[in-house]
Amino acid sequence: MPTPRDLARRNGTLVAGLVLVGLWIATALAAPWIAPHPPDRIDLLAVLQPPSAGHWFGTDQLGRDVLSRVLHGGATVLAIAPAATLLGLALGTAVGLAAACAGRRADEAVMRVLDAVMAFPVVVLAMLVLAFLGAGTGNVILIVALVFAPLVARTVRAAALAEVRKEYVQAARLRGEGIFYVMTMEILPNVRGPLAVEGTVRLGYAVFTSATLGFLGLGVQPPSPDWGLMVSENQGLLTTAPWTILFPALAIALVVAGLGLAADGIKEILDP
Amino acid sequence: MSVPVLQFDSVTISYRRRARWLPAVRDLSFAIAAGEAYGMVGESGCGKSTAALAAMRFLPRNARLEDGRIDLLGRDLWALPPAELRRLRGERVSMVYQNPAGALNPSLTVGAQVAEVFRHHRGLDRRSADEAAVDMLARMRIADPARVAGLYPFQVSGGMQQRAVIAMALATEPDLLVLDEPTTALDATVQAEILDLFAELRRTRSTALLFISHNLDVVRRICDRIGILYAGELVEEGDAARVLARPRHPYSAALAACLPRPGQRKGGRRLATLSGTPPDPADLPGGCAFAPRCPSARPDCNAAAPALAPAGPGRLVRCPYPLDGPDPHVSPGPAAAERPGRSEPLLSLRGLGHRIGKVDILRRIDMEIHSGETFALVGESGSGKTTLARVVAGLAAPDTGGVTLDGVPLAGHARRRTADQRRAVQMVFQTPDTTLNPSRRVASIVGRAVRVLGGRRGRERRERVAELLGMVRLPAPVASSRPGRLSGGQRQRVAIARAFAGTPRLVILDEPTSALDASVQAAVLNLLLDLQAEGGAAYLFISHDLGVVRYVADRVAVMYLGELVEVGPTERVFAGPHHPYTAVLLAAAPGADAALRPVEGKAAGPSERPAGCAFHGRCPHALDRCTVEEPPWRPTAGGHAIRCWIAPDRLAPAHEPPRPRRADGAS
Amino acid sequence: MLRFAARRTILLAATLALASVLVFALTDLLPGDVGRIILGPFAPQDAVDRLNHELGADRPAARRYVDWMAGVLRGDWGRSHAFDTPVLPLVAGRLGRSLVLAGAALVILVPLSVAAGVAAARREGGPLDRALTVAGLAVGALPEFVTGVFLILIFGLWLELLPIQALAPDGAGALQRAAHLVMPVACLSLLLFAYLFRMTRASVIEALASDYTRTAVLKGLPERVVIRRHVLRNALPPTLAVAGAQLGWLVGGLVVVETLFKYPGIGSLLHFAATNKDLPLLVGCVIAVTGVFALGNLAADLLHAVLDPRLRHADAA
Repeated sequence: MPTPRDLARRNGTLVAGLVLVGLWIATALAAPWIAPHPPDRIDLLAVLQPPSAGHWFGTDQLGRDVLSRVLHGGATVLAIAPAATLLGLALGTAVGLAAACAGRRADEAVMRVLDAVMAFPVVVLAMLVLAFLGAGTGNVILIVALVFAPLVARTVRAAALAEVRKEYVQAARLRGEGIFYVMTMEILPNVRGPLAVEGTVRLGYAVFTSATLGFLGLGVQPPSPDWGLMVSENQGLLTTAPWTILFPALAIALVVAGLGLAADGIKEILDP
Repeated sequence: MSVPVLQFDSVTISYRRRARWLPAVRDLSFAIAAGEAYGMVGESGCGKSTAALAAMRFLPRNARLEDGRIDLLGRDLWALPPAELRRLRGERVSMVYQNPAGALNPSLTVGAQVAEVFRHHRGLDRRSADEAAVDMLARMRIADPARVAGLYPFQVSGGMQQRAVIAMALATEPDLLVLDEPTTALDATVQAEILDLFAELRRTRSTALLFISHNLDVVRRICDRIGILYAGELVEEGDAARVLARPRHPYSAALAACLPRPGQRKGGRRLATLSGTPPDPADLPGGCAFAPRCPSARPDCNAAAPALAPAGPGRLVRCPYPLDGPDPHVSPGPAAAERPGRSEPLLSLRGLGHRIGKVDILRRIDMEIHSGETFALVGESGSGKTTLARVVAGLAAPDTGGVTLDGVPLAGHARRRTADQRRAVQMVFQTPDTTLNPSRRVASIVGRAVRVLGGRRGRERRERVAELLGMVRLPAPVASSRPGRLSGGQRQRVAIARAFAGTPRLVILDEPTSALDASVQAAVLNLLLDLQAEGGAAYLFISHDLGVVRYVADRVAVMYLGELVEVGPTERVFAGPHHPYTAVLLAAAPGADAALRPVEGKAAGPSERPAGCAFHGRCPHALDRCTVEEPPWRPTAGGHAIRCWIAPDRLAPAHEPPRPRRADGAS
Repeated sequence: MLRFAARRTILLAATLALASVLVFALTDLLPGDVGRIILGPFAPQDAVDRLNHELGADRPAARRYVDWMAGVLRGDWGRSHAFDTPVLPLVAGRLGRSLVLAGAALVILVPLSVAAGVAAARREGGPLDRALTVAGLAVGALPEFVTGVFLILIFGLWLELLPIQALAPDGAGALQRAAHLVMPVACLSLLLFAYLFRMTRASVIEALASDYTRTAVLKGLPERVVIRRHVLRNALPPTLAVAGAQLGWLVGGLVVVETLFKYPGIGSLLHFAATNKDLPLLVGCVIAVTGVFALGNLAADLLHAVLDPRLRHADAA
């Protein structure tokens, strides 16, 4: 096994990405202690103040401290994205493995259904959920997981199909192993690589999607601090008080960039 | 003396691995004269392909010419400016390599790819280039070349693809043709045709050949001179026929002795083997690179690296103690046990058929396998051998007829068979790369089989795993390795251990050694014969290699398009009279008498099975009734039978002169 | 080829049919009692029943689906509650504007990202490749509303180069209108640029390493012929097919970009319909977006088949 130092030397992108993401996770966890102000304390005497010594990132139109809101606002995205990714991966893996192992007819049917689900642009699905189920963190997780599951299923299926035809699987069938054993003990371990790559890539898109859904008003509701929501709430102030938007936007950008770099580094390791 | 076409002068080529440069080709010198065919032989990993690519100055990104120089037609290849190099490639030197399917651009028609050479090197316009391409394809003995020229590579057969690649390579009448295992991926009959093509080219043109191969018989058939590479070094060089008949370097001798010779049978001499693998370039031994594996190594062999020294006319040998007699190191070894007497059949197939859609893959197969015997199936790819194996194993269900074990019908799917039946019938597969689950350790792979087939758990199970690994001659530490760390031969041994976990009575061996080097193949065959002698399992042995079949099999069945056409005791089948198709197969073996040319013709796919005798389209003896009526089985003697309209006595082993024929069009 | 096209078209129709059932189920079955929703929780039950009967909501679901589908096909898409106008013309007009935006993005994006991918792949590991790859990683997953904010801040407010609203004032000239579209189009393109760039780069690198490219080089062909005839001809068609499959992201981008730049297209209309629970309008938008998206996919598939003989002859071989 390579030591962390080897990794750092060989895989700078991974380390840079992990550090960036790690910092944000630490910040989100420590926000209650390190934030200078409570995130939702309204101070009507100090609205729309530009960045200063008292308010490093300025204040918004209710006089709330932007820095504190940015520090707190990461928690939602950083919790939603992994949860949604894991759910999507679990669903997709189950469907993909089953499709690959179940025989041609079932496989064909499952893939057609997935095609139909994927024929729905993500945002359309999101808007339907918004209209019928309403906003909320749980719904965001549900949407992201539902959107990811078919994509994961396709990847897993393709990888698993390549494995199913291999001779070690035939050897298992020759011993009379059941389909569940073949799926979980023979094939699953060998699609770990594509699955891990898919997982890291999906995590990046999960942050992307959940932040976008926050911006579109699907996630947590005001007055909770959330980066996407902060941008949309303050949209009208872009010309007059750009700091209300710039800092949450930067925060998203840094997390996304970190995840992108980490995903690329992991990919490098898993399939060079 | 004229300038050699290709000259390597003390060439060392290294690959970068983990920031170190490791030599793959070391101090290699040889020269090929105009019109000469030079064969280069060695196990995988000996630097053959690197040398071939260097002759085109086309090294992978992580490789470099460390030392020495390569002259092509008297010009330093590494000193050429790019434009000159480009003109030289394709014009004066060209290359054909192993996998024709990959070598052709899938998005361009075959004709366009050949025409390209004419357009860029001969400056022809599009139309005349296309015409020249069709002409070139015709000269490769492709029937209906105009039609083939308009097809995409994936629409034509492997043999046709390789002809197209060769047509491309020869379009400009180059001075040197580099051939890197050009027939290895092809069926024996197709290989024979391609080799004929090379032989003809050698007669009609003055093209020199650098012929890379691991197959000694092929090299013997084509080449004038031969160089044997070991660990990147030339260990012996000389006249091809003489080197192969009387090798003087122990490595050459070992390579030549691993192949079963005609007439060699398992009851008699064991196959010579070569233990171990070529050294990794990262830790080359200090003295002679071959010393650790050499049966005649002496203490001082490890001290200093020997130099290449003359040993007779035109002969160079890198060994201070060259061999003198004919391969003295072939150990006689314990003879395999005689086959037990005839009994009730262990396994029998009655009227067995298997279809995919409306296509018969297997048709009315009747055969029996007796306890302890080795029953071999031979035939070209697509003949249904592997499908038959899968049906017997329970991986595919028969559509008609059935399989019985001890007279009891076997279910079509392994899962519906009883535990005893599953234990009794096991299989060893063809591809060492995929036969083992790469993410599990050897102990777990074999252990699972011991538990499921042998019904043992806990300590008993661990002991049985250790016992099995010992049986297949694997060192104990292998148990904790994952397959990725094992060599192809070791993986195949693990697969054999897995199949023997429950003491099987019939083991299906589907080309178990065809992906292995000859030296490793010999060791695996010896192992299989030992296991059979100890445990008395019967083998259903599938192979395209007639030499191997003749060595191991008690009885042989020949398959063509899903049907058996000949069955009998091995020596009778090889002695003849032969079914006309068997005769074609025998003639196609590269070791066969060169006068015995194979009948050419397209092997029809199972979807286009002709009426009457399926073989009549390729049969040189075909009668009118062969095209309408299915032929009957005709016994000859001693359990030998041939399915043919022609009486066996008229199918005497007399060698018919080949009827001139052309290869047919696309598949 | 014809059979391939027919098969893809049938598949598309099946997909759309399935999608329409899904939309119908969501809009018709999921909400439950339509009359109750419209009249509110305190309306008397017989009034609710009467309204349900008038609306046809008391008929069997399959029947309602058929009627609804027939209406959609006839062009009867209902009336928007919020705008109080027929849905179809409204959606059609907005869709047209969005197609201008998306079309402009595609026309710029596809050639640019493919060219960048090819250039980077040819000098794999070189400075251009590294720069583009890192940049691609960094902006590759930035949500459009974030890139949009940065673009506005930099080019709109700080450099004052470009107008920050997508829609030019009435009577503006073509040039001015185009200037207004620059930032939204750029914003829409960045994400897909990163994606397409990566795809192209990977598939060109794969083609460069293939045996057939080696054959072409060893045939002594000039480099430009090797690249054009052997590398690109094999590497680009699959990339284009993938690009087609990514149109969904473009639609998602439209919703965000149109909201951010205040552009009256189908995306902002969809968002408006969803937040205001304007059901007929929402369904109309969904049908339009899904239909266009599916057609785009089909077009990409067919283009791929035209360019790739393996697909074209898939049924012959």
